[in-house]
Amino acid sequence: RMAASPARELTQNPLQKIWEPYNNGLPAKHSAQRGVCMTNCPTLIVMVGLPARGKTYISKKLTRYLNWIGVPTKEFNVGQYRRDLVKTYKSFEFFLPDNEEGLKIRKQCALAALNDVQQYLSEENGHVAVFDATNTTRERRETIFRFGEENGYKTFFVESVCVDPEVIAANIVQVKLGSPDYVDCSNDEATEDFMKRIECYKNTYEMLDETLDKDLSYIKIMDVGRSYLVNRVMDHIQSRIVYYLMNIHVTPRSIYLCRHGESELNLKGRIGGDTGLSFRGKEFAKSLAQFINEQNIKDLKVWTSQMKRTIQTAEALGVPYEQWKVLNEIDAGVCEEMTYEEIQENYPLEFALRDQDKYRYRYPKGESYEDLVQRLEPVIMELERQENVLVICHQAVMRCLLAYFLDKTAEQLPYLKCPLHSVLKLTPVAYGCKVESIFLNIEAVNTHRDKPENVDISRPPEEALVTVPAHQ
Amino acid sequence: MTNCPTLIVMVGLPARGKTYISKKLTRYLNWIGVPTKEFNVGQYRRDLVKTYKSFEFFLPDNEEGLKIRKQCALAALNDVQQYLSEENGHVAVFDATNTTRERRETIFRFGEENGYKTFFVESVCVDPEVIAANIVQVKLGSPDYVDCSNDEATEDFMKRIECYKNTYEMLDETLDKDLSYIKIMDVGRSYLVNRVMDHIQSRIVYYLMNIHVTPRSIYLCRHGESELNLKGRIGGDTGLSFRGKEFAKSLAQFINEQNIKDLKVWTSQMKRTIQTAEALGVPYEQWKVLNEIDAGVCEEMTYEEIQENYPLEFALRDQDKYRYRYPKGESYEDLVQRLEPVIMELERQENVLVICHQAVMRCLLAYFLDKTAEQLPYLKCPLHSVLKLTPVAYGCKVESIFLNIEAVNTHRDKPEVGQVFNTNTLMHSSPANSDFIFSLQKIGVCLH
Repeated sequence: RMAASPARELTQNPLQKIWEPYNNGLPAKHSAQRGVCMTNCPTLIVMVGLPARGKTYISKKLTRYLNWIGVPTKEFNVGQYRRDLVKTYKSFEFFLPDNEEGLKIRKQCALAALNDVQQYLSEENGHVAVFDATNTTRERRETIFRFGEENGYKTFFVESVCVDPEVIAANIVQVKLGSPDYVDCSNDEATEDFMKRIECYKNTYEMLDETLDKDLSYIKIMDVGRSYLVNRVMDHIQSRIVYYLMNIHVTPRSIYLCRHGESELNLKGRIGGDTGLSFRGKEFAKSLAQFINEQNIKDLKVWTSQMKRTIQTAEALGVPYEQWKVLNEIDAGVCEEMTYEEIQENYPLEFALRDQDKYRYRYPKGESYEDLVQRLEPVIMELERQENVLVICHQAVMRCLLAYFLDKTAEQLPYLKCPLHSVLKLTPVAYGCKVESIFLNIEAVNTHRDKPENVDISRPPEEALVTVPAHQ
Repeated sequence: MTNCPTLIVMVGLPARGKTYISKKLTRYLNWIGVPTKEFNVGQYRRDLVKTYKSFEFFLPDNEEGLKIRKQCALAALNDVQQYLSEENGHVAVFDATNTTRERRETIFRFGEENGYKTFFVESVCVDPEVIAANIVQVKLGSPDYVDCSNDEATEDFMKRIECYKNTYEMLDETLDKDLSYIKIMDVGRSYLVNRVMDHIQSRIVYYLMNIHVTPRSIYLCRHGESELNLKGRIGGDTGLSFRGKEFAKSLAQFINEQNIKDLKVWTSQMKRTIQTAEALGVPYEQWKVLNEIDAGVCEEMTYEEIQENYPLEFALRDQDKYRYRYPKGESYEDLVQRLEPVIMELERQENVLVICHQAVMRCLLAYFLDKTAEQLPYLKCPLHSVLKLTPVAYGCKVESIFLNIEAVNTHRDKPEVGQVFNTNTLMHSSPANSDFIFSLQKIGVCLH
């Protein structure tokens, strides 16, 4: 089984600086993975619950989180399949348990969705599929479970149980009134119809049962997170999913993201380092204090990194703040405190590789955006737990956090615009996040470098530097 | 982590793993930097009632027994209050059966009066095999049964459990709906979690849901001797020396001979650990968070060069090696924070071999062996030795296996206090001024 074979030679991948074994100058195929092996076989998450219990909210949020931490995930909303098939929604009667035509179409949609799940997990390298439908009967869940077993997927059920009429009413207002199903209805008409829709499911609803379903893996979420029943967590990814679901909440709140005020190194066009604020940076800090004051935010928590420039910025607010080392700016390794011109001169290959894949590129003796995401995960988890928070951080860090909230891809993330002296106010709404950008009217240098056209390692310096913003 | 102290209250019949969970949780919380202490009421009883006679002490109608047991519980709560309110403790784990609602209400009121948040951890188990195994693991060797045969002890203990059963009121979804708790069922098959109030409770729940009791072993070792090791230089990212490569082959042979079921192998992303793993000929996972401590500006220096270039830094490090952070680098304290996901995953896994680095291995070892922040940076983790850790009873058995390939010694003990600092050196090597020295003294730097 385990032969002590002659050790293979190692080469360091120039982009990610990962040591890999090679044969004849090319990376050898081996199953070494970076980081925790999340899934050996794909995972099928199956939502369970009556309408307006937050299944789609949870599906989308969970999908966003898993993709952000690097687990390819996709959600499959059966209601969307139904809308695509039955062009116009008439009324709740479609969902009556004795409506044979309705039942036939709904089963057809479920199977079409499962077919796409199979395509995604077995042919498109997806790791997790979230199957978002009511799945309220044991029979339907058994069908899906068998489908999972036949395809070698691990199935994990997420049930949302809620009887609080206020919560359900609020859900209907948040996400149902604006649904394509009710585009030509008044709010009252929509609400009335939807309540009847819920009734259609109630008689046949078989909740996950501690005894009957004791061999299934699931989490039952009760009353929007007041309590949870967790059964047979099988592996790492299920454990992470449970932890995430137990930390999210729906209490209204806002998250404020901004960078430190303009720093001395910013003025000189140098990256990284640990300098203090410039004069304008200090003006920004005062402006920020005023802005925060005016916002009149209840119980605001303020977080900074452990770098001088964010702490100096927070100091101007005159309120307690917490320093997080993991909020420190991306470590540019050997390029710390250089200008882009100096990087081009000293490390032209590195500079080009970075433009080729800015997300995965790791500075020599430094970090990549991919590394940043991994170290920021506890920040995201705590942001989910908290309510009103102001995070004073750095350009690359802010891009990572923003990408999580706005569901940006790895390709988009490193190019998100996070200018100095602007505050982003993020407010969860419906299935996503409302963003307001407030520029606090203190001028600052631009530190955003767009991807140049020529990313070839043999490009001339001018073409590498064409997008470098102006500096002293 | 916590604004107000947290009181964790264990609940459950005897032999349900309460003390196992208490001790493990305490160890974990202390390791991540949350001052935690456990208070085992059974221990208070043993200290008060010098000799244990029989299960009859625990009969529900034994008035003398009840009186003593209540006295012990109150003494323990008194010490809890001392720890949380006067000694800067953050979390206290109150380890007793606490099987009646009345007892739990008393404790909850105590918590409220003192401004503590109370979180209950109940362990429910009906599987007779599990209970029998627990008795063998931790009860037969208890001071209570020091003069009994195994059969006598088991028989008495089973009767002890019976004493509690009639009055046992489990945490109830309806009656206890306003309490914060986790109910662990059948050693972790399922969990009921109610009203998690804050960050620390959320972390505790996550931890409890990831631990298991399946027998397994964790193997820790460093990479083979590296080129920089030979030169007495710290950090860097070089490959193995000749002897380091010999060690890697030795390691492969050792692992083979151990015949370990489904062994997972983890390395850092530094060349020397990966080279070591390559010799094993099995798949391995690379973890960036297992990389050696970042020595910042001191990377690839010898200790002599650090003394010459950064004598102040060198001295500060010796003063508090755990909290000291290299300029543009890390501290052991930082290391622990970045290794927490490794510990969490080690808890989830079964047989694992972790090939890492000196400072990293010290942090991991400190977690398993419950070492303090003061001891951690001085734990001995020599090259070319493998530590095999096997959970047993309430702790960890350690076997150290030297794989018989010589290597340099990279362990630097804490020098004697008198040698720590010399102002002459400071004056000569960096521009000092009286303000600077004054501020050093303010933070307790000892100057000669």
